[in-house]
Amino acid sequence: MRKPAFEPGLEKAAEAAERRRGFLLGLPAYVYLVVFFAVPFFIVFVTSFARRSATGATKYDEFSTSAYVKLLDPLVGTIVWRSFWIATITTAVCLLFAYPFAYYIATRRPAVRNALLVLVMIPFWSNFLVRTYAWRFILGSDGPLGTLTEAMGREPFRLLFTPAAILIGLVYGFLPFMVLPLYAAIERLDWRLVEAARDLYADGWTAFRKVTLPLTRSGIIAGSLLVFVPSFGAYVTPAILGGGKDLLLGSYIVTQFGQARNRPLGSALSIVIMAVMLVALMIRNRSGAEEI
Amino acid sequence: MKSLRHPWIDRLMATNAWVVYAFFYLPILVLVVFSFNASARVGIWGGVSPRWYGEVLGNAEVLDALKNSLIVSGISTIVSTIIGTAAALAIDRYRFRGRRGLDGMLYLPIIIPDVTMAVMMLLFFARVFDIVELVGPRWQLGVTTIVISHVAFNIAFVAVVVRARLGQIDKSLEEAARDLYAGAWQTFRRVTLPLIMPGVLGGALLALTLSLDDVVVTSFVAGPGSTTLPIYVFGLIRRGVSPQINAISSLMLIASIALVGLSLLLQRNPQDAILPDERLKET
Repeated sequence: MRKPAFEPGLEKAAEAAERRRGFLLGLPAYVYLVVFFAVPFFIVFVTSFARRSATGATKYDEFSTSAYVKLLDPLVGTIVWRSFWIATITTAVCLLFAYPFAYYIATRRPAVRNALLVLVMIPFWSNFLVRTYAWRFILGSDGPLGTLTEAMGREPFRLLFTPAAILIGLVYGFLPFMVLPLYAAIERLDWRLVEAARDLYADGWTAFRKVTLPLTRSGIIAGSLLVFVPSFGAYVTPAILGGGKDLLLGSYIVTQFGQARNRPLGSALSIVIMAVMLVALMIRNRSGAEEI
Repeated sequence: MKSLRHPWIDRLMATNAWVVYAFFYLPILVLVVFSFNASARVGIWGGVSPRWYGEVLGNAEVLDALKNSLIVSGISTIVSTIIGTAAALAIDRYRFRGRRGLDGMLYLPIIIPDVTMAVMMLLFFARVFDIVELVGPRWQLGVTTIVISHVAFNIAFVAVVVRARLGQIDKSLEEAARDLYAGAWQTFRRVTLPLIMPGVLGGALLALTLSLDDVVVTSFVAGPGSTTLPIYVFGLIRRGVSPQINAISSLMLIASIALVGLSLLLQRNPQDAILPDERLKET
C-alpha cells in the first residue's frame, strides 16, 4: 500500500517546530533589546515628566510637565532652531555633492564601481572622533593652514570655532551616509526609461528631472534621513569644532546631565530628537510605499 | 549609455568625484603626515621623527585606557555577534510571532543619535541602581555598564551585515542538505554557517570597530577607572591640539581603517552590506 503523500498532521507539526526554532533564535536579541533599549526609552519618557528638586535631584514622586514648558523658553527654542538649521544645511550640502558623486560611481564598470565604493565605505566606518579631530588640527590657528597664512603675512586664519567649522565637520562626518543610499537607488535605476525619454525628444535636463530624479527619490529621502537625524543631535562635532559658543541641541542635552543637573529637561529634549527621528522615518516609509 | 550625457557633464561629475575623494582622504593624510613632525609646534614642519609615538606608547594612562577599550570591545563583540547572528537567522529564515517587532527594534539603534542612546542608557542604569540599592548592594557605572550599552547598539549592526549575507546565499543548498537527511543542527553547522561566515566575521569586525570608536554613549555610562581610549583622547582634544594627540589619533585611525578594510574584504560584495537602509526595502 502506498503511503499518503500528504499528511496534514505531520506538516502542521513540522511547521510548528520551525516556528518554535525561529522564535528561540530571535529570543535573545528580543529580550536584550527590550530590556536594554525599549525599557531605557520608556525610562527617558517617564523622566521627562519627572520633577527636578531644588538641589537638582530627579524626583519621580509626581507628574510634572515643567520640562516641556521649559522647551517653550526662548533660549531652548533658539538652540533647537539653530540645530535644525545646521542639520538642514548639512543635509543640503551633502545632497548637492553626493548626488553627482553617487551617479558617477554607479555609471562606472562593475569592477571599478566596487573599488570606488570601498573607498567611500572606509571613511564611513572609521573612527569618527579622530576624523573630526583632523579638521580641528587643520583649521586651528597653529595648524598647517594657520601657520602657512601667517608665514605669507596674511590675516591670521579664522575658521575654527565658527558655525562654518561645525558645518564642515558635519558634512565630513555624514557625507558617506548620503552617498550610499543614493548609490543604491541610482544603481537600481532602469536606464531604458531614461533612454525612452531621450528617444521621445526630451533633452538631458528634462529627462533627468522627469525620469532619473523621481526614480531615485527613495535614495534621496533615505540619505537625507541618515544625514539629518544624526546632525540634528550631533554632539562630538560641535564640541570639537564649535568651541562651545553657539550651543547646539546635542551639547545642551549633555549639559543637562552634567553641570546643569536637569535630567527631566535633558530627557524631554531627547524625546524631541526621537520625535524628529520618527517623523523622518514616517516620511521615508511613505515614500517607500509609493515606490513600485 | 554614454551618449545620454553631454561630455562636459561627464567631466564635471568626474571632477566632483575627485573633489569628494580628496575631501574624504586629505584631512586624514595631513593628520598622519604631521603626526611624524619632529617639531613641538604642530603647524611648523621640523623634520620626520617617531618621537611622539614613543612618548604616547610609554604613557601609562594611554595604555590603561587602551586596556579598558580592548576588554570592552572584545566582550561586546563576542556577545553581540552571537545574539545578532541568531536574530538575523531568525528574521531571514523563519516566520514566528514577534518577528516584525524584532525587525523594527533592530533598525532603531542604527539611526538613533548617539546622545539619545547615551541618555537612555544612563537613566536606565541610574534607575536600576536606585532600585537595587533598596535591597542592599551598591552597584556602580563601570566596564560592565559600558559593555551592556555597546552590545545594545552592536546587535543591530551585526544583524544587518549577516542578513545581507543570508540574502546572497543559495537557499537550495540548505534544502539539499535537509533532503539528504541532515538534521537542523547539522545543516546549520555544515552548510549555513560556513556560507554565512564571511558575513558573521564582517559583522563582528564592524562591531569591534564601532565599540572601539564610541565616545558619547561610553562617556555617559563610564565610571571611575573605566576610561576607554576614545574618552581619554576626547578629553585631551577638548584641551587643544598637541603632537601627542596627533600620534594617538593616527594610530587609532590606522587601526580602525584596517579593521573596516578587513570587514569589507570579508563581505566581498560591498554594496549589499553595511547599508542600514537596505533593510527597510522589504518592509
